[in-house]
Parts: sequence; structure tokens; C-alpha cells
Amino acid sequence: MTANSLLLIPALPLLAFIINITLGKGIIKDKAHLVSIPALAASWAIAMLAVYNVFSRGNVFEGNLYTWVVSGAFRVQVGFLVDQLTAVMLVVVTSVGLLVNIYSAGYMRGDKGFYRFFAYLSLFVFSMLMLIMANNFLQLYFGWEAVGLCSYFLIGFWYEKKSAADAGKKAFIVNRFGDFGFGLGIMLIFLYTGSLQYSNVFPAAHSLAGQTVSLFGSNVPLPTVIALLLFCGAMGKSAQFPLHVWLPDAMEGPTPVSALIHAATMVTAGVFMVARCSPIFNLSPVAMGVVAITGAFTALFAATIALTQNDIKRVIAYSTISQLGYMFLACGVGAYGAGVFHLYTHGFFKALLFLGAGSVMHAMSGELDLRKMGGLKKYMPVTYWTFLLASLSISGIPGFAGFFSKDEILWRAYSSGPLGKVLWAVGVLTALLTAFYSFRLVFMAFHGKFRGSIEQERHLHESPMSMGLPLLILAVGAVAAGWVGISPVISESLGMGPLDKIGPFLATVVGTPVSTGAPTTELALMGVSVLMALLGILLAAYMYLWKPEAPEALARTFRLPYKLSFNKYYIDEIYDNAIVKPTFWVAKNVIVGVTDGKWIEGIVNGVPKAIGSFGQSLRKLQSGVTQHYADIMALGVLIFIAAALLLRL
Amino acid sequence: MIMNSLGYPVLSTLIFLPIAGALLLGLISRKREGLIKAGALILSLAVFAASLPIFFNFDKTTAKMQFVEWRTWIPVFHADYLVGIDGISALFVLLSALIAVLCVLISWNSIKTRVKEFYMAILLIEGAMIGVFCSLDFFLFYIFWEAMLIPMYLLIGVWGGPNRLYAAIKFFLYTLAGSVLMLVGIIFLYNYAGGDFNILHLQAMKYPVSMQMWLFWAFFAAFAVKVPMFPFHTWLPDAHTEAPTAGSVILAAVLIKMGAYGFLRFSIPMFPDAASAMAVPMMALSVVAIIYGAVVCLAQTDLKRLIAYSSVSHMGFVTLGIFALNSQGVEGGILQMLNHGIVTGALFLSIGIIYDRTHSRQISDYGGAASVLPVYAGMFMIFTLASIGLPGTNGFIGEFLIILGGFTANRLAGVLAATGIIIGAAYMLWLYQRVFFTGVNPKIKGLPDINAREFIALAPMALLVFWIGVYPNALLGFLHPSVQNLIGRFHPGPASGLSALSDFIKTLFARA
Repeated sequence: MTANSLLLIPALPLLAFIINITLGKGIIKDKAHLVSIPALAASWAIAMLAVYNVFSRGNVFEGNLYTWVVSGAFRVQVGFLVDQLTAVMLVVVTSVGLLVNIYSAGYMRGDKGFYRFFAYLSLFVFSMLMLIMANNFLQLYFGWEAVGLCSYFLIGFWYEKKSAADAGKKAFIVNRFGDFGFGLGIMLIFLYTGSLQYSNVFPAAHSLAGQTVSLFGSNVPLPTVIALLLFCGAMGKSAQFPLHVWLPDAMEGPTPVSALIHAATMVTAGVFMVARCSPIFNLSPVAMGVVAITGAFTALFAATIALTQNDIKRVIAYSTISQLGYMFLACGVGAYGAGVFHLYTHGFFKALLFLGAGSVMHAMSGELDLRKMGGLKKYMPVTYWTFLLASLSISGIPGFAGFFSKDEILWRAYSSGPLGKVLWAVGVLTALLTAFYSFRLVFMAFHGKFRGSIEQERHLHESPMSMGLPLLILAVGAVAAGWVGISPVISESLGMGPLDKIGPFLATVVGTPVSTGAPTTELALMGVSVLMALLGILLAAYMYLWKPEAPEALARTFRLPYKLSFNKYYIDEIYDNAIVKPTFWVAKNVIVGVTDGKWIEGIVNGVPKAIGSFGQSLRKLQSGVTQHYADIMALGVLIFIAAALLLRL
Repeated sequence: MIMNSLGYPVLSTLIFLPIAGALLLGLISRKREGLIKAGALILSLAVFAASLPIFFNFDKTTAKMQFVEWRTWIPVFHADYLVGIDGISALFVLLSALIAVLCVLISWNSIKTRVKEFYMAILLIEGAMIGVFCSLDFFLFYIFWEAMLIPMYLLIGVWGGPNRLYAAIKFFLYTLAGSVLMLVGIIFLYNYAGGDFNILHLQAMKYPVSMQMWLFWAFFAAFAVKVPMFPFHTWLPDAHTEAPTAGSVILAAVLIKMGAYGFLRFSIPMFPDAASAMAVPMMALSVVAIIYGAVVCLAQTDLKRLIAYSSVSHMGFVTLGIFALNSQGVEGGILQMLNHGIVTGALFLSIGIIYDRTHSRQISDYGGAASVLPVYAGMFMIFTLASIGLPGTNGFIGEFLIILGGFTANRLAGVLAATGIIIGAAYMLWLYQRVFFTGVNPKIKGLPDINAREFIALAPMALLVFWIGVYPNALLGFLHPSVQNLIGRFHPGPASGLSALSDFIKTLFARA
């Protein structure tokens, strides 16, 4: 693989963006997909070749393109790194990116922003590739912010809708809070290692151990500070509590966007970054603990919200937040490989869930409310069956992709130590909830009777092939993607050779976690989580298939928890009243009203006014009346005499 | 006289071609507006073309003054005509020349009264601005520095908005008051050196620390007002709002840069001990400006006022970088001066474009403009993104280097400055949403998108945004030797003669 051909991987999507954004309005119009899809297909093919190179021969590429910024000792290149971790990301990003583009050609047909949509999608894929292929922190940061920008553009794609414009802005600003920490973390890395290039920073990471920085009067270990600052960025981008609030709102964007950006790729960038920085995170048990606990808490927290939502996309959005929590849980216990493995399987089944939801919306004329759906199975079999496979996968049913990656995470958590047992318990409980809300969605949408309007029913149809094909291909992934990481205890108990390819593959970059525990324990735990998944599905079937009156009765009995979950724990309201409104109030009434308006302007206008009025009073002396002048003269003479006398004395 | 590497007096050409051109325009009958405008455009283009050899022939390996011209001028009190540029000033000469062209283009149809005088004023300002950046003799410098005020005052006072007289007088008196203190400082230096106005000679001298302190504050008065630093900023929003588009652009792009330039050319190299002693208070003021200016933006209802206050915030970044007194900070600061000139200049150009169509600066009079003027919306988005420092645009490189430099010099200053980028995103994106998104406001229905002339005025700025964002070394390369030389003058370690204020703020910051 030459450097030039690797360069094509991000360059082709960039080219597609430039062509579509400049010529789209006037010339290309509704042919924009014919620019983007070939470019992404070529990019995908080259990426697969690169992945094959890394996988089969272990050929890691690293090289610099040109010097980006130089100032004093600060020197950063634009360069690329394709190693095992990047390779896994390349598979997800280019594959899902290509499929979503093909799907969008059907889904977005007829939209007046058609060309704009494909331009932004291409720009996104370029940015995401720059993020994962970077060989230094500043370029990572470039990709990081650029994917955020694309997310902003695409969430607010239908910008005439105020809610869409608001959601885009919210996503950008919430992410800036995280990036504030991320940026400072990068600066600290430069200040203490003298470089931002991975190949200089990570080998030297151990030198950070033992150093401290003074923070608000106390000395804090440097690796902890750096790792936590970096994690701030990850919390924003990967929507972890308390910075998760933007992701559900991001569902305002077109559904293919939700699939690509807000499920499969961009939101996983935080997990990727933590895994990439594992040499730094490994130095700080405190930071690792924070990562693990944040992940576990978010996984459970988001799952409890997903239980009660009626908006099909919001259920999947909270499910994404929850699954990202699992990935951080894994990273936090040192099992970065397991986290990335889940990232990879999640990319397929979650993209499939979103595209399936999009297919449903397509048939339902944009309807999002699950209460108005039902019985869609017979109208849209392809959508139904692929959606079912994805749901089985996310629920962790054995054999499906999600099973292998989720159980890897749970096992690594359990075997990591005392805290790990608690994390495992949270993870298993979340697995129960996951299976429940996933099948609640399946049953509400596809089973039972249709509950929408008659016009909607008449309109129901299966989606066109351009949308169906990506669903089918992703379904293959949702089932089989996990087969590259089958745990040794399974392959051994089945009497087969080692089937875990991805674990050792990633281990060269992120290491292998220390686990203690017998294979029998692992099998037993697996049994527990499978039981939980089945229990969740059964519960959902009971409540939404067999006893339709049960959910309401339950909501009435548990009024407070239901209200909390339904209203997302009122986090948005809290932020609005505690941060947004006070800031604007202070800006308007204190800063502009008092400080700027009264104080500073008071002095600025006061000084000339004082000079002016002093002049005015002087002017009164020149009254033109001779007698006044005589009086003043006399007064002057008196003062002079008095002064002369006083001085002589 | 010393000849420069180009073989002809390039700097004098740049200074006096626009001034002579302005006088030539004065000879044209005021009825021939087309000829006047064409003349102004040709002249400004000629100046810009004449400035390009500087870019290509600048020696990036030396901190020495280049393209120097030296003639005795007023021998009685040793005032010489001495001009030359180094890495710190070179880019601003180029920026001034570019901005003048864009100002002529953007005023084409919007200026309808006293057309002749308007374009004369623009050209006079151009000559004076370039003169400020090139002068190496204090007497000459001061003449250009003050000469610039007069056409600028007229620009606001004659072609400005309804409240133009108040704004023009405020601008004039405020900056003049600051400059007078600098004049005292200059005369003091002149006497101290035994009658010498030569800036290079004065820079080479060593001054007692206590004297440095007094002089630092005297010069500070002039520069802080010009930047403007908090709390001397309130003239800027008034001047910006009332000024015609070209006036706002010149103000934002070049004029307020002269304050920061003054710190770099005079305060820091001549009074290094005072500068180092005052670094922390200066950084504190800068951080206040960053946050304060940004918060004020959240409460603005007027397009131009909002961008004016954002300038206060962005110039806070510039002064923070400069007083970080390390290479990332200073180079970031200089680059950000340029970036701010490009981006804020372009934002004022853009606002002028839409103002010509609606005659309203109220944000609430807009909405849904992306549907009505899509090309314009795209351009405005580019400058918005550059303004909030998105990587890939020029704003990112400058801000990142500044925050890195500030963070190196003082952790708390760096952290606080970084909060500015959060608020910056908030007010700019909110502005963009209110103007361009949601349903179309009936008041802007059917407005024509930007025409070719307007596009040509914005396109170079958009190209610069990406060029500097992707390949900043093209410009950073100009700075390295001069900035290294500047930092080399600065003596590390605490200087004696700290004022009580400085001590107080230092301990305050040190505690964190």
C-alpha cells in the first residue's frame, strides 16, 4: 500500500463534497448521489485493501504529508496512521458510510436539499476518516471538530424547522463544553511530552507517571488530569452523562444521518479516542474508574429512559447512548479491545435499526409515534425481518453479533476486580432493559393491529430496493460481524480452534486486559446474561402483545419512576433553568445593563460632560457686564495681596 | 539613502500612491461618479499589486528591517523619513492593501452622497495605515497615526448612520486622548536619547526599570484604547454601528490592529522589564475582555453591534497571546490579528451586503435567509465558522496557538480564555440561526442573492480563511525570526519595580 493510495481514502469523499457543494445547486441537482456513491465506493475498496494489508501482513502504515503548524518548539504535521485500531474503524466508517449513501439516494429523493445532503454526507465521511487516520492529536482534533460541524449541518438539515435548527446548535455547543477539556488535555500533552505526534507521545507516556500538577491548591497526578480532560471530549462526542442531552435532539436530522453519524460512527469517536490514548489512561486508575463508572451509569440511565419513549427514533437514540456506555465501561476496566469490538458490531446493528426506522417512517409519511404504528410486519417484510435480526443482535441473543461483543465486555468487567463485579451487575441489568425496550419497539411497530389513520394505512408500502439492499447487507453484519470475536471458552467448549481474531488483532495497539477467572465462571455468566435477554423479550411480549393494558397499569402504579423516565429525568429543564437562562439574564441585565451601560459608559460620557459643564460655568464669568469684570479684578487683586502677605510672613 | 532588495522604493510607493491618487480624484468633476469609482478601484488595485512583491521577496530568515528607505527629512530636530518592515509588520501592509480594494468594491452602490470625497477618504486612510506599519521614525509614525483619524472621523461622521455624530466624536476624542499620552512618552524618549526619533535606535537602548514603567503606561493608554482592551472598549460598538460598511471593515480589519501592533513594536521591545512585570495584569485584562465581550454578544439585537463586541472578545485573544511573551503566544497573537482582520472584515462586508438590501441592522428583521440567499448564506457560514475557530479555518490556528501560549505562561489564563470558545460558538451560531434559519421573514422575501461584484469582494477572504487554516506556515514563516528576536529581548525572571496592582493580581492568579 503506498502512501498515495491511502491518501485517496479521505481525499475521494472530500472531492465529492467539493463537487457537490459547488456544482450541486446549478448543475448536478438530483444527480448528487451519482457523485458521492462512486467516490465512497472507491474509498471503501481502497480502505478494505488497506485493512487487508494490516490484517494479513501486519503492515502498519505511518507517514507525514506536510508540516501543518510551526511555532517555536510547537511543530505539527498532517499525517496518517493506519494500524490495527484504525483498520477496525475503517471497516465500520467506510462500509456504513457507503451503505447509508446508497440508502439515502432512495430516502432523500425529491428533497429540495438533495445535493446539499450528499455534499454534507461526503464531508462527514472525509472528516471521520481524518479523525481515525490521524497520526497526531491536532489532526485528531481537526477531525473531531469537523465531524461535529457535519453533525451540526445535518441535524439542522431541515433548517426551516426551528426545532431542527435548535437541535443542531445544541449539539454543537454541548460538544464545545466537552472539547474545552479535550483541547486543554492536548495542550498538557504537548507541554509535558514536547510533541503531539502519537509515535512520540505514547512511547513517552510512562514519563508522565509520577508527575503532578498544582490544581486549586492541591497536587494532582498529571496522568489523571490529562486523561480526565481527554475524557471530557469523549463524553461530549459520545453523549455520556451529563453531556448526553444533545443526542436525542439530534434525531431532528434525516434518519440516514442518525444511522451513520449518531449511531455507527461519529458518536463512537469518543470510544476510539480513549482506546487510542490507552497508554495515557492506563497510567491513572482514578481516570479509569471515572471512565468505567460513567459508562456503566450512562448505560443504565439511558436504558431506563428508553423504556417509556414513544418516538421510534428517540428509543433508538437512548439505546445508542446506553450502548456507548457499555463501550466506555469496557475501556474503563482496561478492556479497550472489547470496547472497540462492541463499537464495531454496534455499528452494524444500530445502523440497521435506524435505517429500518427510516424505512418505517418512509412508509408512514414521516410518522414517528410508535402508538400510531402496529402490524407493519405484513406490509414491509424486508424491513421487519432485518429489524428483528438487529433487535436480536442488540439484545444479546447467542449467535448474533451483539452477543459476542456484549458478553466480552461483561466478562472483562466481572473479572477485573471488586469494582468490576458491581459494574457487571449494572451491565447485566442494562442487558435486561435493552432486550425489553428493543422488543417493545418491535412489537409496538410491527405486531398487533395498525393504529394510524386510514390514509396512512392506504399509503403503507415496502421501501424501494435502494433502501432495501442496504438493510439486507447490514443484516448480514448484524448477525455475522461478531463471529470474528468468538470467545475462546465457546470455541473450546464446541471443540474448535481459536476463533477470536479481533482480540489478538487489536491487542497490539491497546494491549490485553488482566482478567482473573475460570472459563466455567465465564460460561455461567454468559448464561445469566442470555437469561436476562430472554426475560426482557418475554416481558415485552407480555406487556405489548398479550396484555396490552399492562403498560398503563404499570405506569399508574409506579407514577414517579414512570414520570422521571418519560421526562428524561428533567435534565434538559435543569440545564435550561440552571445554565442557559441565567447566562442570558446576566448578559442582558447585568453586563449590558449595568457594567457596560451604566458604569463604563457612565465614566466615558461623564468625563467630557464634566469638562463641558466646567466650561459652561467658566463661560458665565464672561457676562459682558463691566461691573462683574471689575469685581473679579478686585477679587484677584485681593488674592494676590493676601498671597504676598502670607508668603512674606 | 539605502536601497532595498527590490531596487525601487516599494514602501513609499505603497504609502504615497494612494495619497497621490486621492488628490488626483479630487481633480475630477464630482458629477462623473463612474470615473471616480473606476479611478478608486484602479488605484486600490494598483496599490495591492504593488504590495505583492513584498510577499514574494520577503526574506524569512532574518529579523532585520527590510525594504528600508532612509532620507533626512527635518534636520533641525533629527526627524528622518525612515521606513521599513519586518515579519511583524509585513503582513499588515499586505492586509491593508487588500482591504482597501474590497472597501471600494463593497461601497460601489451603497454610497450615494459625496461620492468623490468618500473614495478620497478611503485612499487617504489606506496610505496612512500603510504608513503606520512602515514608519521607523517616531515623528513620522505619529503623523501617520494621527492622520489616519481624520478621514476615519469623516467616514463615520459624514456617511454614517443616524447617530453618526456622537459615534464619530466619541471615536475621535477617545483615541486622541490616548494618543496624547503616547506623544508625551515619545517626547520623553526623544529627550532621553539626546534628540533621536529613530525607533531602531530607541529600541536598542536600555532604560531604567522605573522609567520603563511610566513609559509603558503612557504607551498603554494609546494602544489599549485602540485595540480596544477592556474597559476602554465602548467607543468601538458605537463607531462600528454608525460607520458605513467600508468604515466598519477598515476599523475591524486594520485600524484596531494598530493597538496590538504598538505593543509589539514599542511596548515590549523598548520596555521589556515593564512588559514582563505587567504581563500578568495584561493577561488578566485580556481574559476579562475575552469573556466579557463574548457574554455581551449574547444580549445583542443589532447585527453590527454583535460583531463589534465579538471583536472585543477576539482582540482579547490577541493581547493575551502577545503578553504570554512566548513564541506560540506572540505568533498566535499576530496571526490572530490577521485572521480577525480577514474574518471580521468579511463579516462586516457581509452585513453591509444585506444592509444594502434591507436597510436594517436588527437581527429580528431577518430569518430564513438561507432559503432566500443561499450563496450568501454559504459565505456567511464560512466566516462564522472561522470566527468560532473551527479547525481547518484560520481562526483555529490563531486561537489554538494563543491558548497554548497563554496556558504555558499562566495556566488559569489559558483555561479561562478557552471558555471564550464555548461562548463564542453560542453567540455566533445563535446569530446565524436567527438570520438564516427557520421560516422566511416576510421582510426579506424575494431579496436577490449576492451579485458578482459582492461575490468577488468576499471570495478572497473565504480563500484566505481556508488557506491559512490548512497551510498556516505560509504566513507563520514570516514571523519566526522577528518574533524570536522580540522574545529574546525579554528578560526572564521577575523584574523589580512591580506595582501594587500587578502584585495583587499576580497573587490572585498564582493561587489557582
